[in-house]
Amino acid sequence: MSLFIHGGQILGPNGVERADVLVTGSSIVGTGLDLPVPGNARHIDASGCYVMPGLVDLHAHLREPGTEEAETIETGARGAALGGYTAIVAMPNTTPTIDSPSLVRDVLAIAEGALCEVVPAAAMTVGREGKLLTPMGELARMGVRIFTDDGRGVQDPALMRSIMEYATGLEAITGGAPVVLAQHCEIEALSAGGHMHEGEWSTRLGIGGQPSEAETLMMLRDIALARRTGAHIHFQHVSTGEGVEIIRQAKADGVKVTAEVTTHHFTLTDEACSSYDPVFKVHPPLRTAADVDAIRAGLADGTIDCIATDHAPHEPHTKEFPFDQAPPGMLGLESALALALTELDLPIERVSELMSSNPAAIAGIGDRHGNPVEAGQRANLVVVDAGSEWTIRGSAMASRSHNTPYEGRTVKGQVRFTVLDGELTVDDGVATR
Amino acid sequence: MKDLLTIGDLGADGIQEIMHAADSFAEVCQRPIPKVPALRGKTIASMFFEDSTRTRTSFETAAKRLSADVMNFSASSSSVNKGESLRDTVETIEAMGVDAIIVRHKSSGAPEQISRWANASVINGGDGWHAHPTQSLLDVYTIREEGRTFDGLRIAIVGDISHSRVARSNIEAFHTLGAEVTLVAPPTLLPPHVEALGAHVSHDLDAVLANTDVLYLLRMQHERMDQALVPSLGEYHRAFGLTLDRAKQLPSSALIMHPGPMNRGIEISPEVIDDERVRVLNQVTNGVIVRMAVLYLVLGSAAADRSAS
Ligand SMILES: [Zn+2]
Repeated sequence: MSLFIHGGQILGPNGVERADVLVTGSSIVGTGLDLPVPGNARHIDASGCYVMPGLVDLHAHLREPGTEEAETIETGARGAALGGYTAIVAMPNTTPTIDSPSLVRDVLAIAEGALCEVVPAAAMTVGREGKLLTPMGELARMGVRIFTDDGRGVQDPALMRSIMEYATGLEAITGGAPVVLAQHCEIEALSAGGHMHEGEWSTRLGIGGQPSEAETLMMLRDIALARRTGAHIHFQHVSTGEGVEIIRQAKADGVKVTAEVTTHHFTLTDEACSSYDPVFKVHPPLRTAADVDAIRAGLADGTIDCIATDHAPHEPHTKEFPFDQAPPGMLGLESALALALTELDLPIERVSELMSSNPAAIAGIGDRHGNPVEAGQRANLVVVDAGSEWTIRGSAMASRSHNTPYEGRTVKGQVRFTVLDGELTVDDGVATR
Repeated sequence: MKDLLTIGDLGADGIQEIMHAADSFAEVCQRPIPKVPALRGKTIASMFFEDSTRTRTSFETAAKRLSADVMNFSASSSSVNKGESLRDTVETIEAMGVDAIIVRHKSSGAPEQISRWANASVINGGDGWHAHPTQSLLDVYTIREEGRTFDGLRIAIVGDISHSRVARSNIEAFHTLGAEVTLVAPPTLLPPHVEALGAHVSHDLDAVLANTDVLYLLRMQHERMDQALVPSLGEYHRAFGLTLDRAKQLPSSALIMHPGPMNRGIEISPEVIDDERVRVLNQVTNGVIVRMAVLYLVLGSAAADRSAS
């Protein structure tokens, strides 16, 4: 079976160029104009579209096992494909926690046949309790490259130091491939009792605040420890302007640090909480316009490596509790690309780095995702009409949940086709399975 | 006016309208049988997700004096603890047929959320640290009853501003009416971005007293000591309590107010409680009057809205 993707602008090794793409089997076999097209090839009209490497999300909560009423691996992967993703990293804060080889195998088995590649991350500490190390060596041996207690940060500095030291020894197992420690930076003693950003809005609304320092103090600690141990620390969902500056400095100093920001942290502010609608409750919280500006600057200048979704489905009724009782988190997979294209004034090549090649490299899947569109690469692609407008509706999403904070917002950038290993997962905007 | 959620919903005109209605209900309350048929046939649900005997009793007395039926709901006797969402709870109560819901909740914003789901009128009986509009209205009524005008009136609010819905609503009400508000507290009891509230701030009660027309004391909770926000209640009393010495520095025409219940020996020394400037019992009396006005205006105008549409 072949796909002939014609009429589009490809993101190739030399940047954006007008070229057709021929896919046969699971690979790209040619790019250019006047390609020899097999008679049985499926013709895909990409006129007016970019043909880009498929997106990679470092941060998705798929809720399986444990909370399948909110999302499953199948529905999460379908939403991801519709959002233009060909690979997503599944967070391990499920029930039970993904902290053992057998659970990783379970996730991989369930994800067989899903509409995008599901890359399991494993917990750093058993049960994400912040006490004992998970079998990181065994997990690394079976291919796990990202370890995280996401949802919580590791509170104990001595434990974090130990995790970092242990992780640096694992490169002997991975053949030198980096083992990434992804930290949810939150000093719980500072954020306790907080349900939104501590600022003018929390003061007006009478909601307990989470100060920016709950995030930045853990970042500073981990940078100091990474400097000592040489471990690769990845900061998840950086939400503060101060945090962006801390990363900028650490990178200049040569510390092995990477960072992601979420779509919502560069599009929304704490003012959104003024309606007391828990759909705007998220950890780390939405912060100020100044933080949004600093994050956007960090995305533009290379300080921030990735845009992640922190896709966090919650059943509708759970968001019908009071703000301080509702669970934090919002949907992201089906709207992230459009929001990046609409809200960020960045060249498409940079958007592609942030949403595809950089996260693919961090997740250790750069052999098959995030590569330029050229012959010889695995056919993991997205065809996006960057100018096409649509309106975000939670009820129209493939997710089992509807908790998008962008309900009713009109954005531009529509995913028309997604190709996973040479097969269409999204065909003219519709999931193929 | 369908709902009363915050003072901001009212504005100066709305506050004045409630004051005028309250004047006529004050007269009703003087009668041998203090009851009028104004809300006969109306059902009011009193939904207290947090205990507050004083506020609940005040609202229920107000409702009964207007001849409304009161349906009681308290969190402990409900399925709230069984994982039922706030929306489920409210829709269940509303299905029983109610015209208004009085909500008291420990979570800020709960009344506003409820107002989005309920057709009935929603009256905020106090939510979290956020708002307590009927308390502010009764405080305004109490000051006004003394013949004071708000324009330029110097009001000092003393104590735990950070965790106080009364403070937030009163700052809003007093500012709306033209008063000058000074918040007096140690920095640990002020919210982190206190400038968002738009009031003057002082950490020195003694420096403020002589220039104060109304001294408004807030209740101090014991748990603030456990949270290391103050060293001890004794130190709090020595720095921010109304002692006999401080009462002497306060102008003779000043008013001393407190939303109750008072902690003797903490916010106020026992020997000052009977000072003739203290208006705490007037506040309680006026609470019923003002809540009658609120219920009457909310249910009256909601009925008018419904018949008009
Ligand atoms: Zn997280």
